Amino acid sequence: MELDSLYQEVILDHYRTPLNKGLSSEKDIQVHHNNPSCGDEVTLNLTMKDGFVKQITWDGVGCSISMASTSVMSDLLSGKEYQQAMKVLEAFVELMQSKGQSKGDEELLEDGVAFAGVSKFPARIKCALLGWMAFKDASTQVMA
Amino acid sequence: MSADLSVYKKDFPIFSRSVRGGNPLIYLDSGATSQKPEVVIQAEADFYRTKNAAVHRGAHLLAEEASDAYESARENVARFIGAASSEVIFTKSATESLNFLATSFGNPDSGIAVKPGDEIVVTEMEHHANLSPWQQLAKRTGAKLTWLSITAGGRLDLSNIDQVINSKTKIVAITHQSNVFGTVVPIDLIVKAARNVGALVVLDACQSVPHFAVNVKQLGVDFLAFSGHKVLGPTGIGVLWGKSELLEKLEPAIFGGSMVDSVTMDGATWAQTPRKFEAGVPNMAQAVGLSAAVDYLTKIGMPNLAQHEHKLTEELLAGFKEMKEVTVVGPLDMKDRGGVVSFTVDGVHPHDVGQVLDQYGIAVRTGHHCAWPLMKKLNLVGTTRASFHLYNSSEDVSSLLKAVEKVTQYFKVSK
Repeated sequence: MELDSLYQEVILDHYRTPLNKGLSSEKDIQVHHNNPSCGDEVTLNLTMKDGFVKQITWDGVGCSISMASTSVMSDLLSGKEYQQAMKVLEAFVELMQSKGQSKGDEELLEDGVAFAGVSKFPARIKCALLGWMAFKDASTQVMA
Repeated sequence: MSADLSVYKKDFPIFSRSVRGGNPLIYLDSGATSQKPEVVIQAEADFYRTKNAAVHRGAHLLAEEASDAYESARENVARFIGAASSEVIFTKSATESLNFLATSFGNPDSGIAVKPGDEIVVTEMEHHANLSPWQQLAKRTGAKLTWLSITAGGRLDLSNIDQVINSKTKIVAITHQSNVFGTVVPIDLIVKAARNVGALVVLDACQSVPHFAVNVKQLGVDFLAFSGHKVLGPTGIGVLWGKSELLEKLEPAIFGGSMVDSVTMDGATWAQTPRKFEAGVPNMAQAVGLSAAVDYLTKIGMPNLAQHEHKLTEELLAGFKEMKEVTVVGPLDMKDRGGVVSFTVDGVHPHDVGQVLDQYGIAVRTGHHCAWPLMKKLNLVGTTRASFHLYNSSEDVSSLLKAVEKVTQYFKVSK
């Protein structure tokens, strides 16, 4: 059914067992993002080193989509060079805006392609982007 | 035995469409907005088709007929809430009604202005629309905002009412029925406490007027606000009712055409109420649509509607009681309770609950319900809320219960 295109098993797995959840004691910056329409919240700690994303940890409350997406993001972008991380982020944003027309670049997005179905549900796109936007905000501030 | 209201569902054209998954629509989000019967849609369209002209202006026939339709709507809506028509002000929404009031109370020229040191009392279960305007009024005037708490059972905590509503209290702004819990507030006790200290009572009746008979005289409040779109009426129309002697003392909140008595280059004087509060060309077709809505509801009978929703709520609460993963947020019994049921499903975020229900054609509200402070107090990120109206049935309740069962299966919730 249509619902299964939204809730891929990968998403439910990340929701039940999120990666990098729990805020690190060390960080370059901490940002807090929320989604006022549904109340979802993410706090993200970011450490950068020599132009690379060294560590992303986070905590938050929210729906399966927002929490799983933040989990995938934290796993995917950790260890990446800043420009490469931004490239992945842009690819994810593009996928979310695809209105169900794109499957996503699996080489670039890995588990992130599981969110392709979210783009068919306009009300959920913001959920999927919550953690990613927190990362964008944090990394832009650190790199400035 | 409650009256069989199932025959009325066919009056609502929206139910002839299908929704996600090709399912028929099961609409359980009337707390957010109600669906519209054909007579309301017709009345609004007919105004544009046959009478459209700016009211209270122009010497032509259409202007006359439009003014007549608009003022008849006012009389009709006034009758519906037991008020005099001169006390009914048409606004664009309940939110605007409450903002108008808060603005007028903040004008030092008003005969009943809020001053530094005055206290404004709200409750922890207000919708943002009956919270933010008062916060802002307090900020502008140097008054203090205080509030009544809620109990664990989702009722108003009245144990310290005499401390909260005290000699400094100028205004008590309170909901008639919580949009989150469905709790009906004992307005008589609030009015009594306010009267003892000479405070005014403003009632947010958004969740009461659409669902049971409300009579402003019997309630004894001073002001009341509700929105048309929740009473089966159109969007873009709201009501602010106030006792005429109080409305006389208030300065208008917005200024412009149609609300003046005379104007010079230096200043202006105001028309009589309610006109002085209705600057600009009003939402005429919407007022006429609202009038058709209250006619429709009157024909059905508000007590019948209340009984119908009472029965459905009772059925839903009984069903949820059997489901160990589901927690109802709000009163579990039917005493002083309306047809709004908020609930949580263990391990599943409300947004995900709503998404699965949508797959079965069931429309509910999810999230904080514009009552963020209340959610924080309850330590919840949000709830899923089912709310009833005329067009709902016992079958809708069964469908919801079955679909919630699917939610727990889908997310593999175990307890």
